[in-house]
Amino acid sequence: MSTGLKPKHQRLVLVIVALVVLLGAGALAAYALRNQASYFYVPADIAANPPEVGQDIRLGGMVEMGSINTADDGVTVHFVVGDGAARVPVTYAGIVPDLFVEGSGVVAEGAMNAEGTFVASNLLAKHDENYMPRELEGMTMEEARETVAETYE
Amino acid sequence: MIAEIGLAALWLSAALAVLQLVGGFFGARDETNELRALVRPAAVLQAVLCVISFLCLVWVFYVTDLSVKLVANNSHSMKPLAFKLSGAWANHEGSMLLWITVMAAAGGLIAFIERRLPERAMMATLGTQAFVGIGFYLFILLASNPFERLSPVPADGNGLNPLLQDMGVSFHPPTLYIGYVGLSVAFSFALGALLTRNVTPEFARVMRPWVLGAWIFLTIGIAAGSYWAYYELGWGGWWFWDPVENASLMPWLAATALLHSASVLAARDALRTWTIMLGVVAFSMSMVGTFLVRSGILTSVHAFAVDPERGSFILALLALYIGGALVVFAMRASTIAEGQRFSITSREGALVVNNVALSAILGIVLLGTLYPLLTEAFDVRVSVGPPYFNPVSAIFLVPMLLVLAVGPLLRWRRDSLARIKWPVIVIVVAILVVLIAAALFAEMSILPLLGIALAAGVGIASFMPLRGRSLRRTPLAIWGMCIAHFGVAVSLFGMAADSAFQQERLVAANVGDTIEIGPWEATLQSISPVAGPNWTAMQADMFYSYEGGPLMEGHPQARSFWAPPGETSEVALITRWNGQLYAAVGNMAEDGRWQLRLWWKPFVTWIWYGGLLIALGGVIALVGRVVSDLRRREAEARGEARPYPDEVEYADYDEVRSIAGPEEAKS
Repeated sequence: MSTGLKPKHQRLVLVIVALVVLLGAGALAAYALRNQASYFYVPADIAANPPEVGQDIRLGGMVEMGSINTADDGVTVHFVVGDGAARVPVTYAGIVPDLFVEGSGVVAEGAMNAEGTFVASNLLAKHDENYMPRELEGMTMEEARETVAETYE
Repeated sequence: MIAEIGLAALWLSAALAVLQLVGGFFGARDETNELRALVRPAAVLQAVLCVISFLCLVWVFYVTDLSVKLVANNSHSMKPLAFKLSGAWANHEGSMLLWITVMAAAGGLIAFIERRLPERAMMATLGTQAFVGIGFYLFILLASNPFERLSPVPADGNGLNPLLQDMGVSFHPPTLYIGYVGLSVAFSFALGALLTRNVTPEFARVMRPWVLGAWIFLTIGIAAGSYWAYYELGWGGWWFWDPVENASLMPWLAATALLHSASVLAARDALRTWTIMLGVVAFSMSMVGTFLVRSGILTSVHAFAVDPERGSFILALLALYIGGALVVFAMRASTIAEGQRFSITSREGALVVNNVALSAILGIVLLGTLYPLLTEAFDVRVSVGPPYFNPVSAIFLVPMLLVLAVGPLLRWRRDSLARIKWPVIVIVVAILVVLIAAALFAEMSILPLLGIALAAGVGIASFMPLRGRSLRRTPLAIWGMCIAHFGVAVSLFGMAADSAFQQERLVAANVGDTIEIGPWEATLQSISPVAGPNWTAMQADMFYSYEGGPLMEGHPQARSFWAPPGETSEVALITRWNGQLYAAVGNMAEDGRWQLRLWWKPFVTWIWYGGLLIALGGVIALVGRVVSDLRRREAEARGEARPYPDEVEYADYDEVRSIAGPEEAKS
């Protein structure tokens, strides 16, 4: 590498290479973000515009009353997430967060499978009174109450 | 009374900061201006007053003075003492007071200790430090007063988020804040040098120990935070690319780049402009991190302060300081003369590659962290996680690690790869052997595979700079570099091994059941209720045996707190040299079985051992720098003109050696 280049030119080459690498990093990041960011869906979005099977997404909504079922293995739970407009069945294997209860908000990370069930790899439930998953903030209390009321019928 | 003293001390500090700014401004313009004499005392007194103010806050938490709103909101009389004290900074107002205290302390220290820089540059530096400080004083005093009283006085406090009631939290934020805010010194030095046209190797030598100190704390803080998330969240992961974690990683990346470029400037008088830029960027990243965490614009475990007014205040400060610094940089950068030249194949060249790669990773992390906020403006909600961060940053991490292995072997200014042919061959062979062996005998995905191979290469290479040196006469800074680089290898190996080989079992177990996981057998002996000072828990009493060896105990708990109400999972960790068994207990199933989640995580502890080694390397280098500086001062006091002994050995050692040795003939 220490060829016949003059030091001045070497410096120029170095600056140009550094700039190209940094711009490349920016372009790469922008490209990857478009493809790898996991989008947030509420059940209505999934009904209207279903995501591809296996694509990482986040699903947010209310856990329907009476929908939580634990499978025979004792660790897999099935439940339904609704937003008043649509319902999505969810399955999750793991220890559910303590504040994961029926009629409460939840955000699940995971992907849809071919049968139309959302397979969650992680559940984020309300941590405490002051905490609300950011995506659920848009949902008004009325919508939440509606969801709950509907499921009581 | 104590609360009022704290508040008064804080107001006085703010006034002193104004004085320091005015004095610094005139002192930087004119060395003979008399206001200049006020600057150093103002900075030192400010530090003392801030520390008093902070101690007042700790005191009101210690006695649980519920007439102070912050205490009532965040503490509880039944809380254990350690968490009462840590409650002082585990909230928005307290953490901002900690921020300004660290900032004032850093300013006071440089004012008290630092005598090497020209007076004008020093005045500009301290003036800048005060200017940044004033913004944060205003923010605390006007928008987040920690000493605000509450009337009527409540019967008891609200308590502290249970997740934060942990020894990790008592230790983690102060460490991180010292790192974050310590970088303000680099920012002030950089602007001071820029404003007074004083970008010299001397400036880099003066700035370097401060950056090194802040960087050590950041390193420890990040490692501690990662370990805290690992055992407290009960999810078995050690890095989630959570925005709050990224907020601490970004200043670290910038500070790491700054350390390396400052070395080039100190030793070779090159990379002048770039070093100044990094000084600005590093502290800017600290402020961006603070904005992300403190404004409540992210919702995560850490972002418990949700208040848009405060958010816009911090955003305004951010715009003022970062924008202002960049404007000064743009106006003055052209006045910085070109530094010494060097060939691409040289130590400087390798360090430039390191800097470019670190900056690229910094940019990638920054974009990934801000992207969800940007899209939200267009009402599209996304989250960005490991599928983005891992591969994209690896693209730059891999070449950086390769250069990390080879770079320290190169000479300053001009060198050829042919000269270091043999060490390079050894490193390459080590990487290839491990790569092929791992690919053949273990099934793992590409990133862990590369990680393990590079860890081997970097691990072997890290001590090669000691080759051919008298170990006793090697400067401490070189030892520090070797140990820190070795720490990178150790940490990388831990990450790769854990990702590749971890095993997980999720079961519902009856009392008496034995669960096999990897080489371990875990037996659920009993489940019993236990109680602590402010919680109750269901505790799983379990015994673990590694490859049929002796039984070890471990008791994971599912804890319920009542003030405030909340639940946490206390995991049981069984640590061996080659990894950890991680056990968490969940809920009882309807049929009386208990959910247990177990992980066998080979070599996972090496991640944090590596982090500590990196920090230790920093400490050793810092001690070396300080000691040699003291020696130089003594020599000067005796009237002997003496160059930097460490710099001669560190920077020009190779040249000295080549001039003295037979190699000279070749060049």
